[in-house]
Amino acid sequence: MATTVKTAPGEINEVDQLIEKYGFDDHFHDHHDEDKYKSNFLTTYVFSQDHKIIARQFLITGIFWAIIGAGMSIIFRLQLGFPHESMAWLKPLLGKWIQINTDTGMGTLAPEFYYALVTMHGTIIVFFVLTAGLSGTFSNLLIPLQVGARDMASPMLNMFSYWFFFLASVVMFYSLFLSTGPFSGGWTAYPPLSALPQASSGSGAGMTLWVLSLVFFVVSVLLGGINYVTTVLNLRTKGMTLWRMPLTIWAFFVTAILGILSFPVLFSGFLLLTMDREMGTSFFLSEIYIGGQALENVGGSPILYQHLFWFLGHPEVYIIILPAMGLVSEVLSVHARKPIFGYKAMVYSIMAIGFLSFIVWAHHMFMSGVNPFISNFFVVFTLIIAVPSAVKVFNWITTLYRGNIRFNAAMLFAVGFISMFISGGLTGIFLGNSAIDIQMHDTYFVVAHFHIVMGIAAFFGMFAGVYHWFPKMFGRFMNETIGKIHFWGTIIGAYAIFWPMHYTGLAGLPRRYYSREGFETFRHFGDVSEFITIAAILTFFVQLLFVVNFFYSIWKGRKQTTRNPYGATTLEWTTPIIAGHGNWPGKIPTVQRWAYDYGKDGREFVPQIVPLEEGEHDGGEGDH
Amino acid sequence: MDLTVSNNRRNKIHPWIFALFAACASILMMFASLTSAYVVRHAAGNWLEFAMPTIFFVSAGVMVASSIALHFSYIFFKKENEKMYKLLLIIGSILGVLFLVTQYKGWMDLNAMGVFLDGNPSGSFVYAISGLHAAHVLGGIATLIMALVHAFGLKFKVTDKRKVRFKMTLIYWHFVDILWIYLLCFMIFQ
Ligand code: HEM
Ligand SMILES: [Cu+2]
Repeated sequence: MATTVKTAPGEINEVDQLIEKYGFDDHFHDHHDEDKYKSNFLTTYVFSQDHKIIARQFLITGIFWAIIGAGMSIIFRLQLGFPHESMAWLKPLLGKWIQINTDTGMGTLAPEFYYALVTMHGTIIVFFVLTAGLSGTFSNLLIPLQVGARDMASPMLNMFSYWFFFLASVVMFYSLFLSTGPFSGGWTAYPPLSALPQASSGSGAGMTLWVLSLVFFVVSVLLGGINYVTTVLNLRTKGMTLWRMPLTIWAFFVTAILGILSFPVLFSGFLLLTMDREMGTSFFLSEIYIGGQALENVGGSPILYQHLFWFLGHPEVYIIILPAMGLVSEVLSVHARKPIFGYKAMVYSIMAIGFLSFIVWAHHMFMSGVNPFISNFFVVFTLIIAVPSAVKVFNWITTLYRGNIRFNAAMLFAVGFISMFISGGLTGIFLGNSAIDIQMHDTYFVVAHFHIVMGIAAFFGMFAGVYHWFPKMFGRFMNETIGKIHFWGTIIGAYAIFWPMHYTGLAGLPRRYYSREGFETFRHFGDVSEFITIAAILTFFVQLLFVVNFFYSIWKGRKQTTRNPYGATTLEWTTPIIAGHGNWPGKIPTVQRWAYDYGKDGREFVPQIVPLEEGEHDGGEGDH
Repeated sequence: MDLTVSNNRRNKIHPWIFALFAACASILMMFASLTSAYVVRHAAGNWLEFAMPTIFFVSAGVMVASSIALHFSYIFFKKENEKMYKLLLIIGSILGVLFLVTQYKGWMDLNAMGVFLDGNPSGSFVYAISGLHAAHVLGGIATLIMALVHAFGLKFKVTDKRKVRFKMTLIYWHFVDILWIYLLCFMIFQ
């Protein structure tokens, strides 16, 4: 059987033979070779319509934003951890946002700018890094390759999806340099801070650009999502039934549906918000006094905005985590050399999570004055989400059990993902109870919850994906030793940063405060805060190892010499090492079995292109 | 642009048409959220009641007529009846533009009734919802202009590709048509 798949260029091997024998000829290359897509540098690397290039564009833009977003957190952590140290040395970078006391020479971070940093950090990481950088990258890279398609359903719209993201990036980046600063009202942009241009320094031009940027971003997500769904449903190769799809594809597919159905709601919220800002309507504004002057707005409700925002906001957190779950499932199975445990249960839990994510949004609003009876409904469904989540955790762990585990960097991050998801999921169950949330809401407990379960876990999924599929993207491997150092530094660092926040949060320490100096109760958290800041700085520098490793390996990494270096079953490893336009040089491979035949009947692994033998059962489909 | 479409398709429905349905679902969510916001806000009281200007019903009629004209244009296109196809395409497009004109008239009428954009949210919602809908019709008119350019700029020929294109325009147009009728009923009966 096709277990070793060596390919020197031009050499015919077993994979090629299988594709030649069972694949089907769609005459793709008859009319597409030498066509306009390959014509010049600009269309090949910049305005490319090839999903593999677009994936790399998403990834590299995401990395750029990750560095900026994380860098911002270091600056505001310095303020929180060391409020008495001078920040004058940051003056060359931040200019007027560092205020120097002329008598003492002491430099402090301007409070408005602290809020701007926190806001930008959240917006950038949530939308630009963990949505575009994660699902944009891997949906693009893996959907066509793993379902056996030449490209996306509409490569052109796919290209636009990236460029709208790019446009969103440019606008947001520009807003960082406004003299009044970027938007500073939190990543959730609640009115009135977001609705009244005069409310704070970032609420004027900063907020205008923020909305503009996110509208471009919504367009990007929709164009991408529509394409992903269409490709998965319409362009699968012969034999790739739904129950034979790898879990990565299932995850990207449900993620895309969530995006298509929830981002337009955010758009509606933005529409009404913009009308409040620019046209004098009062959707979200009512009886507001600024400087003793009553505004004309009456009859609006800021809670309405919260509903619209969180109707996107909660599915959004699953838009972030589901792709990570898909990647992790695949990486765990490949490197434990075992079929994923409970494949169908995994698929059903992805669907259940996707569905439930639409009916729990008000758990973010228990303290906003929603009717307690309505809260009950949301408490119940929120807690029910723990069930499919637990199913997934159980299945991941069971997949590892007695596996023949390869502890490479990808696998370590996948295992780290499980750890993070458990830790953060458990605190979600605390918060999901409205009675407990009354105490916890807007404290550091929430910060700990969502950074662990979403921030760090999704980053871990992304790292696992990058280490694992790096050869697919660049034909080279990343450095394993640096990868392992990166892993240990990150997991220890992440827990060091966020674990203590559970305690400070339980003690009532509020999030989003620039200074705790005025509160006698919070004085004794000074040491914890200092510790967290130091851990954050160290962890930040560990991430730079990844960045260096990534870019160094693109050009200098160990070369990939075999087509299927991990002995994986899925289709992306049947293309040439550097897959060209159209992915497969000849016929399109057809699929004969599910994606998880590892250690089957004494065979180490059996790729999806290998036909079932007489009497052999298909793992996913059953036998028909 | 069509590099993947001609080959390994699994479903009877063309992938682009499928993608269009997905896009319509997305647009539907946008309006569903606005109407839900309307309901929630309505329930909170302090709500100005007023009757919708009759011109909005006229515009609904115009939109339906436009949809029917385009529908038959498509049927004649498939039957290779060039003259009727072009004629009905023009009529449908003109009615489409007329729809926007009647909507504009509707906003003027609202204003004359004392229902202002920046007044009570009950009025603001009508402007927001009908305005966003008009923006989508405008997008539809852009595709109709493309269709007109194809009809009069290219040699008449019935190909699969042109059929798909025309069908997509048509589906979208029916969609914004039904959407307006739904929105109008919603705003009347709420
Ligand atoms: C077991 C499942 C989970 C439950 C029961 C749960 C519950 C909650 C609740 C009740 C809150 C509101 C806390 C407050 O503001 O007072 C919250 C906040 C949050 N959760 Fe979860 N959660 C779960 C899993 C997740 C996952 C998987 C993610 C992301 C991948 C996530 C991301 C967030 C975020 C981002 C926030 C805070 C948003 C903000 O206020 O800025 N949660 N969670
Ligand atoms: Cu939530």
